[in-house]
Amino acid sequence: MKQTLAEKILSQHVGREVKAGELLVTDVDGVMATDTTAPYAIQAFEEMGGGLVWDASKCALVIDHAAPAPNERIANLHEMMRSFAKKQGIELFEIGEGICHQVMMEKGYLKPGYVFTGADSHTPTGGAVGAFATGVGSTDLAAVMKTGQIWMKVPETIRIICNDRLQSGVSAKDLILFLVGKLTISGATYQSIEFQGEAFEEMTLASRMTIANMVAEMGGKTGFVNMKGLKLDYAFDPIFSDEGATYSETFDFNVADLQPQISIPESPDKVKNIEGHEGQKIDYAFIGTCCNGRLEDLRAAAEVLKGKRIADGVRFIVAPASRSVMLDAMNDGTMQTLIKAGVTTINPGCGPCVGTHQGVPGNDEVVISAANRNFRGRMGNPNSNIYLAAPATVATSALHGKITNPLNN
Amino acid sequence: MMKGIAHVYGDNIDTDRIIPGKYTKTLDTASLAAHVLEDLDPLFRDKLNGGDLLVAGDNFGCGSSREQAPLALKVAGVSVVIARYFARIFFRNAINIGLPVLEIPDHDIQPKDQLSVDLSTGKVENITTGKTYQAAALPPVMINILNEGGLAPYLKKYGTYILD
Repeated sequence: MKQTLAEKILSQHVGREVKAGELLVTDVDGVMATDTTAPYAIQAFEEMGGGLVWDASKCALVIDHAAPAPNERIANLHEMMRSFAKKQGIELFEIGEGICHQVMMEKGYLKPGYVFTGADSHTPTGGAVGAFATGVGSTDLAAVMKTGQIWMKVPETIRIICNDRLQSGVSAKDLILFLVGKLTISGATYQSIEFQGEAFEEMTLASRMTIANMVAEMGGKTGFVNMKGLKLDYAFDPIFSDEGATYSETFDFNVADLQPQISIPESPDKVKNIEGHEGQKIDYAFIGTCCNGRLEDLRAAAEVLKGKRIADGVRFIVAPASRSVMLDAMNDGTMQTLIKAGVTTINPGCGPCVGTHQGVPGNDEVVISAANRNFRGRMGNPNSNIYLAAPATVATSALHGKITNPLNN
Repeated sequence: MMKGIAHVYGDNIDTDRIIPGKYTKTLDTASLAAHVLEDLDPLFRDKLNGGDLLVAGDNFGCGSSREQAPLALKVAGVSVVIARYFARIFFRNAINIGLPVLEIPDHDIQPKDQLSVDLSTGKVENITTGKTYQAAALPPVMINILNEGGLAPYLKKYGTYILD
């Protein structure tokens, strides 16, 4: 049988040929939970009978969503995670190590062909390296920690083909925003996505992570960026879907002339060409998150801001995706450029994206953000408005105090 | 058989609107329930009587994987959530914490309709209009998880997943 990547990876795991629609129980190669999801997972794990996790070397806890702790309640949840990790012999990534998806990639928890479950919806980011990576809730995560397995339905697969090179200055974020706009917030519900074509082939690992990350914004179970052209700092065997595999749908988009994209409040799939929204005054710019907090994203901002100063009345927060990203951005001068331009840098972590701390917008304020979600209240205030865009667009807009097309300015 | 009033909302209700991220970092489930749906309908908590049903359109529960979303609804007193269809993580999470969820693709339930739900058959009767609806069947593993009150008691009892 000709197989999609989801079918192929799951078949390898269960030792027989499976196809879309089948229910199965699969072994899992890695699990991760954060400070939003781990406390309930630990509680559920104890309710399941407790004891030791199935394989401590395959479990990781990451303190990233509210790090450092903004209050005593959250500080105590962090303590609960530290104590569980110590008792179980599980690696715990402390405050400042970075965002779970970035850390899992950097530390080798995500590898081609793995089945990985993360208690965070942006877990499909692992599809940048050909991992079947899927988001679950706390109790499912607890069950995987206990048994090393998860039950699921083999997903059908949507194929998205983009056989053009993006024009210079248009980034992976613009492309994935465009695709989210086309497929909509529910367009890939219960399904896997395979991204294929020349537009993806020249992408860095960081850009591929941006693409796979926003599979979550289409409702997908997992997603894979075609491994053709992928370069990693370790040796690996790329895996590909079979020629002739069955897809539920195939989309073929011409993206040669794609313009910078913007997602307007209050859903990530409300995506427009930037032109119609240029001139919208902004109060607050943000670059960071599992979507766009990597070195190339910070560099894109620094390139815009080099030797300049952000507009009066605008504040600009940058949160690197990991300690390693932050060090690289310090070593090459990116951080200095950003700070001199008026950017406020905060520690690696989810930062203000999840509305808990580190930069909650005020009433009626307009935010332009390189994150992946702009739902009402997302950043902690239901009376603010969030636009999503690529890092270059965010930085250019901060420079001018209004939404600005980076290609013309 | 469960009976209650329908509280009806629209499509694509995301988990940030079910329970904003700023309230999720707590094990105190009563404090989750206190803020459930507050950015969507600040009056929801006052209108809700224990046993009432939440009814929505397409893609209910999209966005974050936070299990606090179904938990907040359950602790607030919602007995069943009906939607045309659900976002996948929310759907699993709800079953895993023992909150019944029913997919009824063609429902036309209106606010304040009185509903009667038979979870064993997935049949929903609209007492107000006299209409009946049939919910999509759950796989046996999910029915068994729900029957045990959630995945934690299920796994404590069985130790593994039984698919059929």
